[in-house]
Amino acid sequence: MKRRDFAALAGLGAGALWLPSFPALAGDLVDPAQLLEPGLDVAQKKRLADVALNAAKAAGATYADIRIQRTLNQGIFTREKQVQNIASAETQGIGIRVIAGGTWGFAATNNLTDASVAKTAQQAVAIAKANSKVQKEPVQLAPQKGYGEVSWKTPIQQNAFEVPIKEKVDLLLNANGVALAGGASFVNSALFQINEQKYFASTDGSYIDQDIHRIYPTFGVTVVDRASGKFRSRQAMSSPMGLGYEYLTPKAADKVMGPAGSDVIGYKQSYDILEDAALAAKQTKQKITCKSVTPGKYDLVLDPHHLGLTIHESVGHPLELDRVLGYEANYAGTSFATLAWKAKNIPYGSQQVNIVADKLQTGSLGAVGYDDEGVKTKEWDLIKAGKLVNYEKIRDQAHIVGQQYSDGCCYSQSWQDVQFQRMPNVSLRPGTTNKSVDELVAGVDKGIYIAGNGSFSIDQQRYNFQFGGQVFYAIEKGKITEPLEDVAYQANTLEFWGSCADRCDERDYRLFGAFNDGKGQPSQSSAVSHGSATTRFNAVNVINTARKIG
Amino acid sequence: MAILSQTEAQDILKKVIGYSTADECEATLSGTLEGNVRSARNSISTSGATDNVSLAVTSYFGKKQGTATCNQFDDATLKRCVQRAEEIARLAPDSPEHMPLLGPQQYLSSPQSFAQSTAAITPDYRARQMGASMDYCTSKKLTSAGFLNDRAGFVAKRNSKGLEAYQRLTNADFSVTVRTPDGTGSGYAATDYTDVKNFDAARLTAVAAGKASSSVGAKAIEPGKYTVILEPNALVSNSDASLLGALMRSFDARSADEGRSFLSKKGGGNRKGEKLFDERITVYSDPTNAEVPDLTFAGDGRPQQRTTWIEKGVVKNMYTSRYWAQKSGIPDLPPPGGFIMEGGTQSTADLIKGTQKGILVTRLWYIRPVDPQTLLYTGLTRDGTFYIENGAIKFPIKNFRFNESPVIMLNNVEAIGRPVRLAGNLVPPLKIRDFTFTSLSDAV
Repeated sequence: MKRRDFAALAGLGAGALWLPSFPALAGDLVDPAQLLEPGLDVAQKKRLADVALNAAKAAGATYADIRIQRTLNQGIFTREKQVQNIASAETQGIGIRVIAGGTWGFAATNNLTDASVAKTAQQAVAIAKANSKVQKEPVQLAPQKGYGEVSWKTPIQQNAFEVPIKEKVDLLLNANGVALAGGASFVNSALFQINEQKYFASTDGSYIDQDIHRIYPTFGVTVVDRASGKFRSRQAMSSPMGLGYEYLTPKAADKVMGPAGSDVIGYKQSYDILEDAALAAKQTKQKITCKSVTPGKYDLVLDPHHLGLTIHESVGHPLELDRVLGYEANYAGTSFATLAWKAKNIPYGSQQVNIVADKLQTGSLGAVGYDDEGVKTKEWDLIKAGKLVNYEKIRDQAHIVGQQYSDGCCYSQSWQDVQFQRMPNVSLRPGTTNKSVDELVAGVDKGIYIAGNGSFSIDQQRYNFQFGGQVFYAIEKGKITEPLEDVAYQANTLEFWGSCADRCDERDYRLFGAFNDGKGQPSQSSAVSHGSATTRFNAVNVINTARKIG
Repeated sequence: MAILSQTEAQDILKKVIGYSTADECEATLSGTLEGNVRSARNSISTSGATDNVSLAVTSYFGKKQGTATCNQFDDATLKRCVQRAEEIARLAPDSPEHMPLLGPQQYLSSPQSFAQSTAAITPDYRARQMGASMDYCTSKKLTSAGFLNDRAGFVAKRNSKGLEAYQRLTNADFSVTVRTPDGTGSGYAATDYTDVKNFDAARLTAVAAGKASSSVGAKAIEPGKYTVILEPNALVSNSDASLLGALMRSFDARSADEGRSFLSKKGGGNRKGEKLFDERITVYSDPTNAEVPDLTFAGDGRPQQRTTWIEKGVVKNMYTSRYWAQKSGIPDLPPPGGFIMEGGTQSTADLIKGTQKGILVTRLWYIRPVDPQTLLYTGLTRDGTFYIENGAIKFPIKNFRFNESPVIMLNNVEAIGRPVRLAGNLVPPLKIRDFTFTSLSDAV
């Protein structure tokens, strides 16, 4: 058990004590109306930035960057017919990162007076100098030109904070009602909304103002069968998105049907929570009585809401250059995909596997104009026709692979945490010839169709993994035959991607999101999307997870 | 600013309660002074420091409640914070699970939860300790990645019904992963202290370095059911989920009563009073324990007492919310901070000596729930896995994935060692038969 964090005792009311475990809700709890008030104007932020940059340089920094960030969060939590909590939070401050003596130093404060900002800059330099005494690898930054004064905004249609809380509560309670009417014993639902107002400036001459939005509606439905003592749950098939409240206005064009016989529905850029809640109740009841899987080798047909997490763990993480180099060895781990491994040109996957990194896709969680060290974002190939061609990098890593520029993968969860290398969106390109999900299933003789993400675990070098899901269906002779339960698959990353046999075309392509990806010490949360179309993998080892306890 | 005295903190809280116009009001003031340094590749990578004091005010009108927070403490800000909490409360829906605030409480005393030596840590101290850790590895031609994080803080509470609480705490965590330069060996060690007077990063780094060097040349053996010796780092963690942590977090009475826990009883009710584990298993919590001193009050003001959760294999108590305790007529016990598993006197080395055939597991990692019905978890061994034969370590072996339930594991107990502090708990190494490894991993 993790030792109780002091922050968990920061006195949020009794009903809200568990909130700090969700990092995105950090900050001062405020009246929801405050989330609509403007923050500092750009001129004020630029002036404060210059105070910090000048103080850092005067104290001996050879490089400095600052982030003045205001983060607004709102979380609405319900269970069955009642609201459990509505929390609106705001946090604002400045984080100052410097290089002095060839070493990074970082300090942060929420006191935005000139004197406090200058003192914090001096503190960052003092920390850098203290650490430089035991530093053995001086920092080398890839060159980055200053952009001057620029800005970027998530292209949202409706700011979720402008929607009355009652409307949002009603939507969640309606979803709960639909699930209960459908036979759910319990249902929890929640809506998370985040707005990062982020101002970056550096001694390179950039002053970047960004307004970033994310939204995540979700629920969990549980059915308890008292007679047998069995209980099963199903989570929502929504994805966290880089969108506004328009995500919760369903559009027919965004709905994607699963294979015939599966009753699975996927969603693209909008989500129908009521439809999904009704399906969840039906599918959870089914899970109580359906057949337990026979372990063995199966061809797997994985829907994008499931496959996104497998991409995240087995491609996104192992290609983070800081992990590859050993910077995460003590926490998240290292990677099998070392520079020496890449040089051997060993296939990462089959010819079907084309994986791209980006921080641009509309609606994705990773989309921003510039990263947290002032680098303009882009798209680049990671795996082409099954071969590893590139990694995910930031400015102080580029030189290690002989690259003269950063990929723009730097991120910090708030003003008070130091920025470091995080995963961009990492997505599997869909097939280039027309293929529907029914056509994909038609080619499978003995298989399992898996939708939704469930249990996940992977080793510290990203070889061996095990994934569950939300719903499972047997495929026999090209057709879905019946639902299954107790399914998980175990594989080795290279064997798994080597077994990638086929995939649907872009009509089936949609984004999965990891809203709360943890990395670093102290651990920080980031949000990232993974796109794919439904994809087939041959002869994967499936285990049965049912056990008996006393 | 971070560590206010009891008088300073309560003076602020008295003002806050005085500004309240609500039916009931509760305020919590907490502060943390925190610093860290991180290393990788035998070099400092990042470091930082934060100093924050925060006030949370919760106001109640009937069954409506609202919370606001702030981190400045002039009279005007305090008033605004109380007003905001009241505005939020007025707009909130009635909570059907509302409970009136607690009145004055008697709390145990746990003065050892705060150590000046830890509160006084400086950036130079952190750099020195991390420097010693890195120097040790450099001298042995090994590569280290480490993290040292220290915190000093306080929590003070007060409410309009006379409840008053205050406590100071310190904590420091250090962990280090040491790898051979060719990446064929890896070792890990972790520790945590309330009082850092005996902390020696280099000494702990030597343990991790020993594991790294001796894990080179691992052989593959078939997955299956094995007798294992699980070191404390394989049972609890301060950076990941863990098997014993997961078990103790599942002692929630409401989930059990609602039928959605491994502690639910078929047909309804829960399994309190049933023997679910080996009779040698006893787990309790005690915030006054000198080795793992903890907060003597919970976040909602309930006292933390010495509480037995499992006694000789029998489920003795479950924790609960105040609402569920009242509704169900069960003891009103808050979830504990850390826990203490009773053990014997044997060290891990003694357990190895007494093992004919088995596997020594340094650490389990990436542990995730697979089936809440049986508390089945999966994860992997990491940073030092060794084959034992005739009472001695024979050779290092490749890492395994496991699929196992702590409930099954604690029924297959062969021996229990001497408890040590880890992640705020006291946990013994355990020797377990028939631990289920389901596949091999190439990871080092």
